[in-house]
Amino acid sequence: MNPHSDRSWAGGAGTLAAPSASPGALPGLPSTGVPAGSFRGRGFGERLGATEREDAWWAQPLAQAIGLGLLGLYATWAAFQGNHYEFGNYLSPFYSPLFKPSWWPISPAILILWAPLGFRATCYYYRKAYYRAFFGDPAACAVGEIKSKGYCGELKFPFVLQNLHRYFMYLALVILVILWYDVIRSFAFAQPNGGFRIGIGGGTLALLFNTTLLSLYTFSCHSLRHLVGGKLDCFSCVAAGGPRLKAWSAVSVLNGHHMGFAWWSLFSVCFADLYVRLCSMGVIHDGVIYLSSLFDTAGGTGL
Amino acid sequence: MTQTMVESRPGTATAQAPAGEGQARSREAVLRVFRGDASGGSEVEYRVPVAPGMVVLDAIHWIQAHRAPDLAVRWNCKAAKCGSCSAEVNGKPSLMCKTRLDHFAQDRTISVRPMKTFPIIKDLVTDVSWNYEVNKRIPPFKPRPGADWRWQQSDVDRVQEFRKCIECFLCQDVCHVLRTHELKHQFAGPRFFVRIAGLEMHPMDGEDRSGFLKDHAGIGLCNITKCCTEVCPESITITDNAIIPLKERVVDWFYDPLRMVWRKLTGR
Ligand code: SF4
Ligand code: SF4
Ligand code: FES
Ligand code: FES
Repeated sequence: MNPHSDRSWAGGAGTLAAPSASPGALPGLPSTGVPAGSFRGRGFGERLGATEREDAWWAQPLAQAIGLGLLGLYATWAAFQGNHYEFGNYLSPFYSPLFKPSWWPISPAILILWAPLGFRATCYYYRKAYYRAFFGDPAACAVGEIKSKGYCGELKFPFVLQNLHRYFMYLALVILVILWYDVIRSFAFAQPNGGFRIGIGGGTLALLFNTTLLSLYTFSCHSLRHLVGGKLDCFSCVAAGGPRLKAWSAVSVLNGHHMGFAWWSLFSVCFADLYVRLCSMGVIHDGVIYLSSLFDTAGGTGL
Repeated sequence: MTQTMVESRPGTATAQAPAGEGQARSREAVLRVFRGDASGGSEVEYRVPVAPGMVVLDAIHWIQAHRAPDLAVRWNCKAAKCGSCSAEVNGKPSLMCKTRLDHFAQDRTISVRPMKTFPIIKDLVTDVSWNYEVNKRIPPFKPRPGADWRWQQSDVDRVQEFRKCIECFLCQDVCHVLRTHELKHQFAGPRFFVRIAGLEMHPMDGEDRSGFLKDHAGIGLCNITKCCTEVCPESITITDNAIIPLKERVVDWFYDPLRMVWRKLTGR
């Protein structure tokens, strides 16, 4: 499109009578008094990607589509493998908590992964990212969209389900506890002749790093921000207002970085799986620095 | 409309463009300015001498003073505080008085067009009165029954961000629900979610606007793609601090099954 081309308007434009707000009527919204399609924007008269912007507006959605696409593909592939998810005291985060019923024919990750997947799919940040990068709705600001008359945002199925994000957040909090247990376990290395020693291996660091990022991602969630205090109008008027203000303020600070945590934790969770997978496949050798002498677990206690 | 001031007086802006016509021009900017009205129009090219610190509005004033006295532009403060001079500069919704010319590469043409989302009146001036009509439909502040009119600064920190709005309507202009999908009769737009958030989160307000938000203001049509936040000249975090918290409140009332059952059982 030549951005400098002359322009005209569809017929019917130009009646600029301000619509009247009748005070007693239902509080619906007025119209502009001008038929749709007659503004300079011309709504769906514009093609996908039509814009007067002159910068590289497509770069960000493209980068996001590639990033989400590649990481998504890796995660799907890894989840369906059903092997190499454990190495000694390390457990891949895609398979945690490990739950392997005998009647289940495919990879155990599928039994678990719907929860974190639902958490990310309904996350306010990821919604923005994929609406832009995959749905082009809009791909970037002030850029034309695919023609579709029935835009309904998040009002209808399936998008109305985005409203259930908080339930996935509750599940994510439970899974987080389990992932921290996995991190603790990754410090305890079983020894060939029984017992275990405390140490730090490459996998320990990968799991620790990943679970830290996942915690930051979860604790910066918008629904959590609402739950811990955002829903209050007056902190000083309610019971425990002080702690709730503190909690809300802390989550708000983290929330400002939610996008960063979303991306970093997505990288780290894939990396942690990859690390465990490569160790288990024997492709890389996991080095361990031991911090303690042998704990004998002959007595039956052990991690 | 008291907010409208169509400037077309010649000579008002000479002070802002010190390099006169006869002087040697060290640098010129080339502006393509949209000229026309509801029946159509085209972009007209103007060469404007550039002085340090000049903004797009200065250049428009120079054109008014020296080339096109009938060029219509709405402005008031030239300080990014009145919200009048909204336009689209190189396709981006911007305040003309906050967009510096040195922000653009020297050899590039700078295009200045009126906001796309609102009906055009003339040249750079659009009719934004729809916004004032929407504003009238919002349930106003209603004091909480028995409210004790004392509160802490920390209770109002949050709503003070929303009071920064200068009603430039750039967020309304860029929002695809209004701009592309043309759902003005169903969607109040980000500026009014900011206003509603300021009322809803006010410590002394007793009105509940969740039903209005869901059924009339159309908050479900917003798909949180954050273009409003990207263009806001007051850097209001519109999506994260106003719209998403309001969406969460609407979920509390209309979409959270457990809460709905709980409310049925306890009446709270
Ligand atoms: S975040 Fe919502 S209100 Fe803001 S521009 Fe996007 S769709 Fe419009
Ligand atoms: S919220 Fe920001 S962009 Fe929207 S009208 Fe107010 S100041 Fe302008
Ligand atoms: S908003 Fe992103 S995780 Fe809840
Ligand atoms: S002239 Fe007042 S905001 Fe630009």
